[in-house]
Amino acid sequence: MATEKYYVPESSPWPLTASIGLFMTAIGGANFIQQSTMADMEPSFFGKPLFFLGLTWLLVVIALWWRDTVKESVGGLHSNQLGGSYRQGMLWFIFSEVMFFAAFFGAMFYTRWLILPWLSGEGSNAMTHELLWPNFQAMWPLTVTPAGDTTQAMGAWGLPAINTAILLVSSITLTIAHHALLEGKRGTLIAFQAATVVLGIIFLFLQVEEYIHAYTELGLTLDAGIYGSLFFLLTGFHGAHVTIGTIFLFVTLLRVIKGHFDEKNNFAWEAGAWYWHFVDVVWLFLFITVYWL
Amino acid sequence: MSTAAATHDDHHDHHHAPTGLKRWLFSTNHKDIGTLYLWFSFAMFLSGGFLAMVIRAELLEPGMQFVDPEFFNQMTTVHGLVMVFGAVMPATVGLANWMIPLMIGAPDMALPRMNNWSFWILPFAFTILIGSVVMSAFGAGNPSAPNFGWTFYAPLSTKYGPASTDLFILSVHMMGISSIMGAINVVVTVFNMRAPGMTLMKMPLFVWTWLITAFLLIAVIPVLAGAVTMMLTDRHFGTSFFDAAGGGDPVLFQHVFWFFGHPEVYIMILPSFGIVSAIIPAFARKPLFGYASMVYATASIALLSFVVWAHHMFTVGMPLAGTLFFMYMTMLISVPTGVKVFNWVATMWRGSMTFELPMKWAIAFVVLFTCGGLSGLMLAITPVDFQYHDTYFVVAHFHYVLVTGAIFSIFAAAYYWLPKWSGIMPNKTLGELHFWNSLISANLLFFPMHFVGLAGMPRRYADYALQFADYNFWISIGGFWFGLSQLLFLAVTVLCAMKKGEKAPAKPWEGAEGLEWEVPSPAPFHTYDTPPVVK
Repeated sequence: MATEKYYVPESSPWPLTASIGLFMTAIGGANFIQQSTMADMEPSFFGKPLFFLGLTWLLVVIALWWRDTVKESVGGLHSNQLGGSYRQGMLWFIFSEVMFFAAFFGAMFYTRWLILPWLSGEGSNAMTHELLWPNFQAMWPLTVTPAGDTTQAMGAWGLPAINTAILLVSSITLTIAHHALLEGKRGTLIAFQAATVVLGIIFLFLQVEEYIHAYTELGLTLDAGIYGSLFFLLTGFHGAHVTIGTIFLFVTLLRVIKGHFDEKNNFAWEAGAWYWHFVDVVWLFLFITVYWL
Repeated sequence: MSTAAATHDDHHDHHHAPTGLKRWLFSTNHKDIGTLYLWFSFAMFLSGGFLAMVIRAELLEPGMQFVDPEFFNQMTTVHGLVMVFGAVMPATVGLANWMIPLMIGAPDMALPRMNNWSFWILPFAFTILIGSVVMSAFGAGNPSAPNFGWTFYAPLSTKYGPASTDLFILSVHMMGISSIMGAINVVVTVFNMRAPGMTLMKMPLFVWTWLITAFLLIAVIPVLAGAVTMMLTDRHFGTSFFDAAGGGDPVLFQHVFWFFGHPEVYIMILPSFGIVSAIIPAFARKPLFGYASMVYATASIALLSFVVWAHHMFTVGMPLAGTLFFMYMTMLISVPTGVKVFNWVATMWRGSMTFELPMKWAIAFVVLFTCGGLSGLMLAITPVDFQYHDTYFVVAHFHYVLVTGAIFSIFAAAYYWLPKWSGIMPNKTLGELHFWNSLISANLLFFPMHFVGLAGMPRRYADYALQFADYNFWISIGGFWFGLSQLLFLAVTVLCAMKKGEKAPAKPWEGAEGLEWEVPSPAPFHTYDTPPVVK
């Protein structure tokens, strides 16, 4: 029985060097954060440069690592079985991302359904309420915290609704591009993938606008209580994922132009597309639960 | 360096093993990476054990002896973190790396470079964590290491955490990246790399238990990442996740943490179930009793682990319905676990048993893990837990399942597979000494903890009431004894690594089954380049 051999790469320096990058990012990052947010820290100046050095290092190493992978792919070393490994790996990675968001969504529902009613005296918590914050009333979005800080809620039907539309359209354009890839229609593929990237950039631009609006006009900030905390961490991590997804799609667009993909050998392209749809779905949950209801 | 893409010919997988430092630093070989994981975890086991020795020295007698209470807190915290994330988890990942490709007839792990990255993150992450202890002991001004317990509850870790907490948070992120990548690799290897004929229900149980473990890792490590991220923003960016004044709740931390934490304890024990399920049939010379029920029991335990987390929090003031739900769900776990214990015993029943070293450890595992499981069942009963909560009874419980459970099974695995890894039979005399000393000392160490716990001695205190003095003296003696006994294992492994000892045949254990015994000992650098056909 003839079996296609599974490609096991030669030894590679990138994993170790990437770890060194992470190490610098972590040590530098901890010091950088402390220096920039704590008034009583002894001054030291290694954190910020080390953090950015580590981050740049990491990005360069990852680029070199993936360059090797691209070379292998273009060099025809990727068997169908290896393609299967990459595809399954990507799907499980996306599942891990789902669980990361689940932690924050879970925190939100726990806050809305349990913490806030309890703080306002429900259940067996009447005395806690009475003794700690007798004036507190549960509401969502929480615009008045137990400590008395106030903020305004972000409405759903302005920029967020436009952004929802943008992401939904981007999913459609990407799917058209996907079909074009599988049918070998290069022109359509490039046009619709480029459109998807542009929509991603517009989304990010509008998201920044929304944050400026929140900070300057609504008083909705990270330290405005649990509503602000959840709002910014959920939308912020989503925004970070849109950024990664946009870069991902941009890189695969360049590779499409270079002619790296065909109907069969297209793992990286599909991985980017899956990632984009995942980010889209997260946004729909965000729009419904954070902005709307 | 020669990139892989450059060599594009039929001989690309017939290179000799790379030599020197590069072999280990740049490895893409599952056996070498497995070896790295195993040595690393053993180093962490000894480091975490050293911290435990400090704890037991301080608790040898009532009153303050060697360290101040602040430092004592750092010892308990970092001991737990190092043992959980540095010793037990990497040891089982090392076993997975070595054994899964051999057991399913795969040429390597599915994603070899990522495999190496999973490993090489760990030494850096633990440099950060252990570095904070070194700084605390020897650095200028003795800046505190993490001191809030391995569970890092808010607000101890947020509002009151020392500066090193931020380094701790980022090192946990690094460990998490490592775990997730390692787990993805295992799942993909099992689903995509099995030899023809190796159907799912023919896989060795070790592969099954690790597949399910890997699923748990991918599902819950990101939740841990979420928890430490919320900690970081609460500490520095003004968020109120764990601060009731802003509408959050410190108990929210406990929920998020234990949603990770409870599956985490099964992450540490499920691979052990697989190990024991390999060893007992080999030395009872009978096939494993109830293979399919073992698979289903493992899967049930994994699924139930997602709905029991709040049994760690019975005393925080949950509504009655909540405590009842978590109590019953927790007790339900004893059903599939009981199935497993029954099956191991039934495998031994009327077998032609011999008691080589791996079998001794495996039997000790079955008995002592069951002890730990039964005290767990006691802790699951809410009203009773109100008394046991945060006492030494809990410490006794989880050390029975983790030390005499997980770690004993890892020793069993090491004695079972060392011939395959090194080509040398582990030294019998040293091995026997290691086993008997560990067995007796571990029970002297952990069993009296039940009594002091039931009598009300709280955990994580640097001092205790006089009434607990006698027991604590013997617990400490057991602790030092157990700690010293592990140096015997160091001797065993070093002898194997130096190739000193009796040469091992391809299949050193008469009754052993499985593809890993079909290749020579030590296993060659590349195995199953062409997949075997499994009938």
